[in-house]
Amino acid sequence: MTDAPLLDVRGLTVEFETDGERLRAVDEVSFAVRGGEIVGLVGESGAGKSLTSEAILGLIPCPPGRVTGEVRLRERNLLALDEAALARIRGKDIAMIFQNPTASLNPVFRVGDQLHEAMALHLAEPRPTLRARAVEILTRVGIPSAATRMRDYPHQFSGGMAQRVMIGMGMSCVPSLLIADEPTTALDVTIQAQVLALIRRLARESGTAVLLVSHDLGIISQMCDRVLVMYAGRVVEEASIATVFRAPAHPYTRALIDCLPRTEATAQLGTIVGVMPGLRALPPGCRFHPRCPIAEPRCTKETPALRALGSGHRVACHLASNGAP
Amino acid sequence: MTALLEVENLTKHFTVGDGLVNRLAGRRSTVVRAVDGVSFAIAPAETLGLVGESGCGKTTTGRLVLRAVEPTAGRIRFDGEDITALRERALLPFRRRAQIVFQDPYTSLNPRMPVGRIVGEPIMVHRLAARGAVPERVTALLEMVGLQREHAGRYPHELSGGQRQRVGIARALAVSPRLIVADEAVSALDVSVRAQILNLLIALRERLGLAFLFVSHDLGVIRFISHRVAVMYLGRLVEIAPAAELFRRPLHPYSQALLAAIPTVGDGRTSMFDQPGRLIEGELPSPMNLPRGCRFASRCPQRMARCREVEPALVSAAPNHLVACHLYGDENNGQGAAAPVSLRPPGPEADTAL
Repeated sequence: MTDAPLLDVRGLTVEFETDGERLRAVDEVSFAVRGGEIVGLVGESGAGKSLTSEAILGLIPCPPGRVTGEVRLRERNLLALDEAALARIRGKDIAMIFQNPTASLNPVFRVGDQLHEAMALHLAEPRPTLRARAVEILTRVGIPSAATRMRDYPHQFSGGMAQRVMIGMGMSCVPSLLIADEPTTALDVTIQAQVLALIRRLARESGTAVLLVSHDLGIISQMCDRVLVMYAGRVVEEASIATVFRAPAHPYTRALIDCLPRTEATAQLGTIVGVMPGLRALPPGCRFHPRCPIAEPRCTKETPALRALGSGHRVACHLASNGAP
Repeated sequence: MTALLEVENLTKHFTVGDGLVNRLAGRRSTVVRAVDGVSFAIAPAETLGLVGESGCGKTTTGRLVLRAVEPTAGRIRFDGEDITALRERALLPFRRRAQIVFQDPYTSLNPRMPVGRIVGEPIMVHRLAARGAVPERVTALLEMVGLQREHAGRYPHELSGGQRQRVGIARALAVSPRLIVADEAVSALDVSVRAQILNLLIALRERLGLAFLFVSHDLGVIRFISHRVAVMYLGRLVEIAPAAELFRRPLHPYSQALLAAIPTVGDGRTSMFDQPGRLIEGELPSPMNLPRGCRFASRCPQRMARCREVEPALVSAAPNHLVACHLYGDENNGQGAAAPVSLRPPGPEADTAL
């Protein structure tokens, strides 16, 4: 691990042109991921977390989208690269896995061929070597009788097994960054645990950094080293896992944690009044202020900047201070 | 206390591959034993959580209880009356007393109907109010679920997910039911909205004395809302106990594995995913080709030779605590297999012969 970050995202903004309106779905998002680190991106639907990860990979169709800012992977701005150069990076330096594994695999090709193709694209090695590697990878991600399963089609795999294939495919070229967008949301809880344990183990073994997008705070807490909390297109808090659950500084983060049903009995869950605002009706000032229990007049006018609160702890709230706001 | 709902040996077998083409080709059909001899009871105003992974039969159980799916075998008693064999017309009074709230608030509401009609229709179908009095009743229902009178004129697409689920709840409440089957009722919602709906359900439950069969895969939600919890695996109940007890002291190895697999908010210093021994291996066997003996045996870290041979019966392992596992029960800890347990129908062990 070096001090220079592996991934450095600066002022990342994603806008969409619809009906003559320009909607800003991701607004000036900045963060860094160091080599080998597992960083969580958490928020509710519409917070912009998936768009952020897709923008990093250059997966947002432009137009209608418009992506600005900088996404630096080892000092190279990915947003300035053309499609061919990006294609060389995707799958090799940055791999990705998505929520629905069976939809991410091509249904008409054998799983082994798809895995082979992904590797052949980036690794100049003879066919038999790659085949052997593919079997080895499937074995490593826990697929029984891997050599036989190579000849199967995606529909012959369960969701959990298909996600293992995707993880194997993603890790086949030993990427420096793996982006996992809700990788286990479609899976059952015991299978989810197996798949997450696999991602964590492989990432740690090969020194791959992970950007894990999830709406589940429990998963984030168990998987990540650090977390970014997003709300209505902005990062509202960034902290280590230990800090964010012990001393969350943003009222939204705190409320989100209070909403979780605990395993011990409670009479009532904490709630957040209202819903996240739509992009067409973003409130001025702090975007959380209409739902915030401690909002003050200035929260309705001034947009709070993301500022440092402690080492590695940043928060975008006028009222946050060390300890409780 | 008499049970509001009692099901005994409830069974649903689906036949797969018995279509015309398959029959003409002389292919054998297979049977999926989706629900296979399930017995439980729900007391008035009680919430029974039904938890399990996809394919375990929990949704089918919810539908069976409501007679939305016809059982292959077994008995359903509601308020002392056997409703298993009742025909549609005779079922109407039952339909009024037992309702369902679905998972997906986006597809379970008719997009062409304004909210007022969605909520008002059950009132008219069951002739619970004069036509002129329906709007007033609808307003009262909307307010009860935290919506306003104005929402009656809106269409589902104009509402957020949470608001739609409130409409779904209002529709269920429209006929003043005593039992609601909530099938993954909060699973499609975001965390903050989910908390609002859970709080609403609890407030309504207390105010109206509602009983719930709360079907969910989410153990956190189940823990929060249930008085008792039943754990289901491949068509069978493997454990049933008061919620606090089940979460504090799960007995069945599957319940233990399920609880151990929940990623809970930790301190960030250790990760459950770095302790591979804690998580169970393998996946659910196909319900079309069930193993002999205990259905969990192939994944069970504590399996014994007997588990591959004999399917364990649901027996009492502690007061109010039933478990279907050879690790418990037989060794006669003073409570034989037939120990009476309150809030459940007598003799659930009889179903082991299946």
